[in-house]
Order: sequence, then C-alpha cells, then structure tokens
Amino acid sequence: MREVCVDILTDQIKEMCIEANHFLTDDMDEILKEATEKEDGLLGKQILDSLQENLEIAGEDMIPICQDTGMAVIFLEVGQDVHFIGGNVEDAINEGVRRGYVDGYLRKSVVKDPLIRENTRDNTPAIIHYTIVPGDKVKITVAPKGFGSENMSRVFMLKPADGIEGVKNAILTAVKDAGPNACPPMVVGVGIGGTFEKCALMAKQALTRNVKQHSNIPYVAELEEEMLRKINETGIGPGGLGGRTTALAVNINTYPTHIAGLPVAVNICCHVNRHVCREV
Amino acid sequence: MDRYIQAPLSKADIESLHAGDYVYITGTIFVARDAAHKRMFEAVQKKEVLPMDMKDQIIYYMGPSPAREGRPIGSAGPTTASRMDKYTPKFLDMGLKGMIGKGKRNPEVVEAIIRNKAVYFAAVGGAGALLSKKILKSEVIAYDDLGAEAIRKLEVEYFPAVVVIDSEGNNLYENVLK
Repeated sequence: MREVCVDILTDQIKEMCIEANHFLTDDMDEILKEATEKEDGLLGKQILDSLQENLEIAGEDMIPICQDTGMAVIFLEVGQDVHFIGGNVEDAINEGVRRGYVDGYLRKSVVKDPLIRENTRDNTPAIIHYTIVPGDKVKITVAPKGFGSENMSRVFMLKPADGIEGVKNAILTAVKDAGPNACPPMVVGVGIGGTFEKCALMAKQALTRNVKQHSNIPYVAELEEEMLRKINETGIGPGGLGGRTTALAVNINTYPTHIAGLPVAVNICCHVNRHVCREV
Repeated sequence: MDRYIQAPLSKADIESLHAGDYVYITGTIFVARDAAHKRMFEAVQKKEVLPMDMKDQIIYYMGPSPAREGRPIGSAGPTTASRMDKYTPKFLDMGLKGMIGKGKRNPEVVEAIIRNKAVYFAAVGGAGALLSKKILKSEVIAYDDLGAEAIRKLEVEYFPAVVVIDSEGNNLYENVLK
C-alpha cells in the first residue's frame, strides 16, 4: 500500500491544464510540422504557416494556443495499491482545474446546467474517468477539449452486417460533415465495439494516444492508414480552405462487443489535440 | 488575391471581394457569440434599442481568453459560425455587412448575404494567439455579465481572414471539395 496525498493531484493538474493549453505535445508538434512542409494547397499552406506562427507566439508570450481552452477531460489511472489521503479525490481534481484556469488566464467555458446555462466562472467541474490498474502509481492525463470539434463528433450504432465498409463510411461521414467547423487539420479518434458509452469513451481515449504510433493490432493499423489517406483525399484541407491536409492522424481503439451490434464512435479533435500525461 | 480593407465596410469593398480572397482588415469591428446573439435577437423582438448599430458593421464570432496584464485581450480566434445562423438573417436585414467566424452557414444565411450584399469571412480556427496580436484595443460595450460572451468593440490592424461566402453567394468551402 502506498499513500498518496490528494494535494499532489491538485498541484499536478493545475500545471497540466496550463501546459496543455500553451504547448503542443511533441507528437502533435512533429506531425503538424511535417504536414506544413508537405502541404501544397495555396490557402492551405498559408493556414498551416499561420498555425506554426501561432504556436511560437503562444509559447513565447503565454497566450493560449486557442481561445477555447476547453472543458477539462481527465483520465485517472489509479494503481490498486494506492491509498489516497488528505481529502476527497474528486474535489482535489476540480481544485486543480479551478487553479489552472483561474491562475493561468484560461477561458472559463463551463455552464452549471445544460439548459439554464449559467457560467461556473472557474471551468469546473471536470469530466473525470477513473480506471483501476495494477501497481502503486497514479497516471494522470489532462485532455482539455474544445467544442468546435466536439460538436461534430458522432456515435453510429451499426449492424454486424455493415462490417468494415460500414465503419469506413461512418468515419468519412463524420469527417465530411465536420468539414471546416472542426478546425482542420483534425485528429480523428475512433472507438469500435463495446457498448454505446464504451465506444464513445474509446474514441476519446484514442485521441490521447501518440498520434505518430499506430494500433498494435495489424488490421486496425491498416485501417488507420487507409482512413487517413481517404480523409486527406476529400480536399477539405487546413481551415476547410482546400489542401491535402484534412487530418493529421486517425487513431482507432477497439473492444469486444455483443453478437447483435457494431457500435462506432468518431470523436473529432482540432489540430490543438491537447493531451498531457504524468505519473505520480 | 491579397486585399487590404477597412471596417466598417464600404459597398465598393464588399462588392469587389470574391470567395477565396485573403483579406487584411483594419478598423473597428464588434464581437458577439452565442449568448449575445440570443439576447440581441430577443431585444429586437421586444423592439428595444440594441447596444450596437448593425449598419455596415462586421461582427466577429469570438469569446476570448482573459487578457494578461498589459495586453488588450487574451487568445482570440474565431468560433463556429453555424451556431449563430438562427439569428444572422435578421441582423443582416438590419444592415450588418460582415461576419468573421469559421465553418459552414445554412441556406437562410447565404440567401440573406446575397439579398443584403454582405460577406462572410473565415479567420484561422485555432490561431487565437496569433490573432490576438492583430487586436490593438478591446472594450466591453454591453452584456458584461456574459463574461467571455460579452459584446466587445475591437480596434484591429491587418486582421487576416479569408472570404468564404461573397456578396454573390459564391462559397469557397464548396469549391474546394473533390
């Protein structure tokens, strides 16, 4: 048994919210630079150059990369030999988000009730996903999610007979419908299998995977490559203004499912795919 | 084609702009997004005076992050325009001539753009740090209680945007699809 004080969660999450909103992770930075070099669409190239300039300004002047600093999505993988002390875990996480967004000059984009719509003014509460894993460590992933792209995400409850072609159509449909709204170049997170809610969660988790690494399941890795190629053949391009870079990566996660179903979720993210990860 | 234009917009500038033109806007523009649109729309229905005169103006769909000390504004990129579609035709009919946002517009907005000889621009989505540098002054002029969604008046210099829908209804987003 290892004791972990919840104050550590607060401190880490505060820093991670600020870091995620000002600096791209190395994988995102590299893949965006590569795309900028390859782009030959006239406006598309201009947009990607602007994004590079934007990243420099964001880091140097500490201005968030995007004004939509997102709703804070937090994955907490807790080793089963960890015992939290010093307070309530959920409160500690939300306190970290509160301090990150208030002290870090990040936008407060959360309303307390979906229909009454009064801003909570500190960007809480976070969306928290807990998993219990072996060991005595705690892995924290902070993935603030903007809603330009979140609004364009979809769940499709396909039939088993729809098969892999149905999955490909679902992904392409979601991307084409999203078009310029989702701030392309996008990262496309896909969940296939599980249940209604499991596939949506997998799609979100797929966005937090390294965008330069394919799935370790061979047919899934091939599907990731094929879908990236097809998406980039649409011509939507950076900003939807034309070009070869519509998506930077397609990450697909899968899970066993029911004999009667083939759930597919497509979680679309913009080029500011924020996912900072730390282990304590 | 690169174009340098002034805001508020002149009839001559609007009619010379074509879908696909890259423009640099200098002058005064207004900022309003979801909650401010809803409130202004309701005010129009109740025949109340609006906090801004729409005539010849540009509305930028944006909700900034907080400004650090010594800066006029925080990160300031465009938000998705389609959420404003419900309210936009009314404002265009009242004299609004330009909108800056990102993403598609519905057919009612496109019709109102043509009917009123207006223009829809897209700014670079997710380039809020870069775009904040083109904003020289920012002042909340109404609906302060809406926080990031308050109505602002901005002074901008060489603010970059692309003409997506021109006054004849040509649509760049549709033209680029293969």
